[in-house]
Amino acid sequence: MSVRDISSAEMPVWHHRTAAGRLGLYAGWLGLVALFVWCWGLMTERTMWVFVWDAPTAAADLMNRAWPPRWSYMERLWGPLWDTINIATLGTLLGIAIAVPLAFLAASNTTPSRTLLRPAALFCIVASRSINALIWALLLVSILGPGLLAGILAIGFRSVGFIGKLLYEAIEETDARQVEAVAATGASQAQILNYGIVPQVLPTFWGISVFRWDINIRESAILGLVGAGGIGAQLQASLNVLAWPQVTLIILVILATVLVSEWVSARVRHALI
Amino acid sequence: MSAAFPTRWRRPPQMIRSRAWRVVLAVGALVYLTLAIGTVEVNWTRVMVGLERGQRFVAGFLQPDFTTRWRDISAGLVESLTMTLTSTVVGVLISVPIGVGAARNLAPAWVYAICRGIIAASRALQEIIVAIFLVALFGFGAFAGFLTLTFATIGFIGKLLAEDIEDLDATQVEAIRATGASWLQVINYAVQPQVMPRLIGLSVYRLDINFRESAVIGIVGAGGIGATLNTSLSRYEYDSAGAILLLIIGIVMVAEYASGHLRRWVQ
Repeated sequence: MSVRDISSAEMPVWHHRTAAGRLGLYAGWLGLVALFVWCWGLMTERTMWVFVWDAPTAAADLMNRAWPPRWSYMERLWGPLWDTINIATLGTLLGIAIAVPLAFLAASNTTPSRTLLRPAALFCIVASRSINALIWALLLVSILGPGLLAGILAIGFRSVGFIGKLLYEAIEETDARQVEAVAATGASQAQILNYGIVPQVLPTFWGISVFRWDINIRESAILGLVGAGGIGAQLQASLNVLAWPQVTLIILVILATVLVSEWVSARVRHALI
Repeated sequence: MSAAFPTRWRRPPQMIRSRAWRVVLAVGALVYLTLAIGTVEVNWTRVMVGLERGQRFVAGFLQPDFTTRWRDISAGLVESLTMTLTSTVVGVLISVPIGVGAARNLAPAWVYAICRGIIAASRALQEIIVAIFLVALFGFGAFAGFLTLTFATIGFIGKLLAEDIEDLDATQVEAIRATGASWLQVINYAVQPQVMPRLIGLSVYRLDINFRESAVIGIVGAGGIGATLNTSLSRYEYDSAGAILLLIIGIVMVAEYASGHLRRWVQ
């Protein structure tokens, strides 16, 4: 029997999925579309469409007013810029100081108590991570009053979760044989940490810290919006008086700072690894 | 003969080998620290006043008040959640063509340049700054927030998708191309099956990030739970603020756990 004898009707056609699988997939997509439409309806309930249709004209108007940037304003930005960098750096240091002990408490191979301290440390790390630096700043400004201190604490508290999480994962991934070798020499607990674990996580630790510093520069630039000092305060002041040329300049400065810090952190991490 | 074997071992320096550099770095760090700490002015009387407020905040956090402001809180939450979902869906839809265009192995050079430019612009600007401008253009409310998050999603998904496409198995692409497939068919049969699990994983992850960001951009007027939080803090209603924060933490934890689970299941 030659191949030609099979008519095209009975020729099996290859399909990627079974009929039920395809149906399920379509139902899933349909569900997502329905959910999207429903959410869209809820979200736009209170939208003033007049403003939305007006946006292109408003954008053109804004561009006209915001360009060119007011370069002479730069001389009043150096101080806030220095403050911003300080907030990021001191905040990162504070974050490191809190995160390192927490990470050792949270890592399952170094924690002194698996039932009590480890969950507590993990909770601190998660809580710190889920609150954005800007919300921390909002809280701290309301408690401590506006200024650099609130910004530093906000950046520090937010960094704890990030550094703590990555560091405790690195500690858990350390080579157990090296730790055992150090322990076999009769080293005390502290010596095991110092000679068995710290050398293994040190490069990761510096990498994480520099990476977080880079993120913190970005975040500290906007903390001033809620009163926590730095260049964001200047941004807020300029926005309040609708001085758009100054706003443009400040955003350019922030962009430049972010690019420089990203470059520095990439170089340092490249050198470390 | 007892040669002078060293009986004590000193650990060699771990990060920076050269002694001179270590000294320079240490001195530099010290000088910087004194300068930096010197510029921090702390108004201690204000801090003392604040400590009492801090106590009230901690008390409010321990005894959160969900009921008094529940209508505002629930409205904010609904805005945040709907904003999160819609912006992720639209952002992913837009970022797929941009991600394909930003992959050097699929797109011609000029398309590549344009798409990489869009991604770079979206990644360089923080959400808050974008939100400020979009609120100025589109008015207060969730719509500006939706646009902000969509814009941020494009940069995130676009970049990671493009990198994933650039890393994919070229032999499969070649095999499909050898059957005489058109460019679209290559995308559909060779590229899509390889990147789909990761794209779904990234989208779920971005959903999680977008919720966190939606809690923040409300502070500059882009709607959502952030606006409610800002109001409650400026009214010093710490028990309502505590309730909102607990809700945010709870949702973020659930979202993180669920998205981790879902990503492991997809991949």
